[in-house]
Amino acid sequence: MGREQPQQQAQPPSQMSYTVEQLVALNPYNPDILPDLENYVNEQVSSQTYSLDANLCLLRLYQFEPERMSTQIVARILVKALMAMPAPDFSLCLFLIPERVQMEEQFKTLIILSHYLETARFRQFWDEAAKSRHIVEVVPGFEQAIQAYAIHVLSLTYQKVPRPVLAEVANSGWILEKVHGRGHQLIVLPRNEFNHPEVKKSAGESVPLDHITHVRLTYAPAMPATL
Amino acid sequence: MESTYDYDDTVKHQQQQTDLGYDPNFVPDSVKSFVVHLYRHIREKNVYEIHQMYEGSFQTLSDRMFKESPWPSVDAISQYVDQDHVFCLLYREMWFRHLYARLSPTLKQRIDSWDNYCSLFSVVLHGVVNMQLPNQWLWDMVDEFVYQFQSFCQYRAKMKNKTEQEIALLKQFDQAWNVYGVLNFLQALVEKSQIIQILDQEKEGLEQFTATDGYDYNGGSNVLKVLGYFSMVGLLRVHCLLGDYQTGLKCLLPIDISQQGVYTSVIGSHITTIYHYGFANLMLRRYTDAIREFNKILLYIYKTKQYHQKSPQYEQILKKNEQMYALLALCLSLCPQVKLVEETVNSQLREKYGEKMIRMQRHDEEAFALYDELFSYACPKFITPSPPILEEPLVNYNQDAYRLQLKLFLYEVKQQQSLAGVRTFLKVYSTISVGKLATYMEVDEPTLRTILMTYKHKTHAIDPDGKVISTADVDFFLDDDMIRVIESKPAKQYGDYFLRQIVKLEGVMTDMDRIRLE
Repeated sequence: MGREQPQQQAQPPSQMSYTVEQLVALNPYNPDILPDLENYVNEQVSSQTYSLDANLCLLRLYQFEPERMSTQIVARILVKALMAMPAPDFSLCLFLIPERVQMEEQFKTLIILSHYLETARFRQFWDEAAKSRHIVEVVPGFEQAIQAYAIHVLSLTYQKVPRPVLAEVANSGWILEKVHGRGHQLIVLPRNEFNHPEVKKSAGESVPLDHITHVRLTYAPAMPATL
Repeated sequence: MESTYDYDDTVKHQQQQTDLGYDPNFVPDSVKSFVVHLYRHIREKNVYEIHQMYEGSFQTLSDRMFKESPWPSVDAISQYVDQDHVFCLLYREMWFRHLYARLSPTLKQRIDSWDNYCSLFSVVLHGVVNMQLPNQWLWDMVDEFVYQFQSFCQYRAKMKNKTEQEIALLKQFDQAWNVYGVLNFLQALVEKSQIIQILDQEKEGLEQFTATDGYDYNGGSNVLKVLGYFSMVGLLRVHCLLGDYQTGLKCLLPIDISQQGVYTSVIGSHITTIYHYGFANLMLRRYTDAIREFNKILLYIYKTKQYHQKSPQYEQILKKNEQMYALLALCLSLCPQVKLVEETVNSQLREKYGEKMIRMQRHDEEAFALYDELFSYACPKFITPSPPILEEPLVNYNQDAYRLQLKLFLYEVKQQQSLAGVRTFLKVYSTISVGKLATYMEVDEPTLRTILMTYKHKTHAIDPDGKVISTADVDFFLDDDMIRVIESKPAKQYGDYFLRQIVKLEGVMTDMDRIRLE
């Protein structure tokens, strides 16, 4: 299977997204930009892009004016945030969503899905996601994004991972099929500093140059500098 | 002086006296002298004298004469200061601040204070202010502004016992302390002052700001620039109150907290900045960043608090000190990187929370109660920014925001529940099979694998640039069935040692040189 294209492919920024990003940077505390931000969420979904800042901005505006909140948009934001794992974006969004909204069915499901991912319970995650297709399949690229996260966690943890574990974590029956008849096989994961301690660049000490020059200057010696 | 007043005014005046129990128009001589001198010092841009009066005389007079009543009204003193519009705004700001600190503001007073801030900030934003004010005062303005906003939101959310007049006033003045207004004022101060560009250009040597502590030695005014600077901290604070930690930290970015700066020139600003920075990082799971900064500031407070004993901020300093120890205890319980904590701070921490921290590591019911307790004690006073629904039934919802943040925090703690157990075993073994460890931990193998992956996920944070950073104190990797613990030898810090010895030696040589010359 190899590594799928991770996360969302960056599309060339459309005219609208350029303007929205500007709005978020320059004039974020403005109730008038709410519709633009909502449209931007939909654009992120359809063009497989992502902007945490814009989405947080929208969630804030919903906080300021709860009667304008669209739970559908919030659900999409949360799915996008889930796809951004291992970044903690999902929690960041939850901090801004009122508790009574979080009690609604679709949000409870999303929170459970997030919980499974945070605690690496991938089998339970894929089971639950299969039951909640209507929530997660609204956002294209969902499966690939979660698979990328799963691979990330695996490569932090394992040098060599048993195939069945990999298959379960990445939800890919493809792997198990190939294995059939060849018995238990190990996949070697790419080397990085987290599963191969020797690869880790030496913590090495850095003595900043200005510390040394400071010493020399403070105690300017009587003898001429020979450096 | 019946002739100068209407009949209505006289009645109102007398009514006021009986209602308030004091006369707002009575100006004692000491107050008259105070405003006259303060006004002169401001006109003469004598920052030192202004600071003495602001920190010293104002407090002394407040303690002596206005312990339980407000200062004289601005209308009463304006005659002594040429009715100067800006001075009156400044005086009123101090007047309200005193009121909030010593007494309980009424709703009308809250609204009036908002109006005063609007006028004051508008004047500053129009760039017509030509004063130099001490940083302490400018910080206090921003700090108080955010505090009064927080206080108003808390007040407004307690709808249950509101009188009809109060509800009517709330409906009438729905723009007062509106969250959009507050945020936009702070944002406007940041933008109009161009403080971000100034700080950028300062790095390249094209501007002087930090070097002069923000003061303008070219005959100009420091007010807009420094208010803009402190507003960045103000924005961090407001965003934390709303639960938006990511954006809060973004607002603080232009300030380099690894260095001294204008934010350290006032102790209140220094503490508020680091407290909120640390708290935001705690909620963002960047535990090591939080620990580092808490460590630095707690050490700083330890060394310097004796110098602030007489200052009006002393109590606040002590309170925040205690809260940050609690936050540090939380961080270290979730991310045991004790080597990041300096000796003095560590011993203080052990004294205050040592026992609780041991119990928190157990991750049982009692532990969660302790996490709850410490978080509730140390967290900011979260607010619900939206206006209340002014229809029956009226409820109190002032705790909603806090409950949500607490709930989500404890949720995170729960997810990390299994990690403490893993840590204990990893410290003892250099290799152990998945099967064996599963038996010891009384879980099945698949569960153990998920626990190990959770450990890896939770101890590898994503830094602001998207890179993966390990915050694990003990680490491992899995080779199929075998867990191999990674030896972490503490890197020997030779560089520091050598530098210190060089400095010592050069000192000795300089001394010897001196001897010979005599």
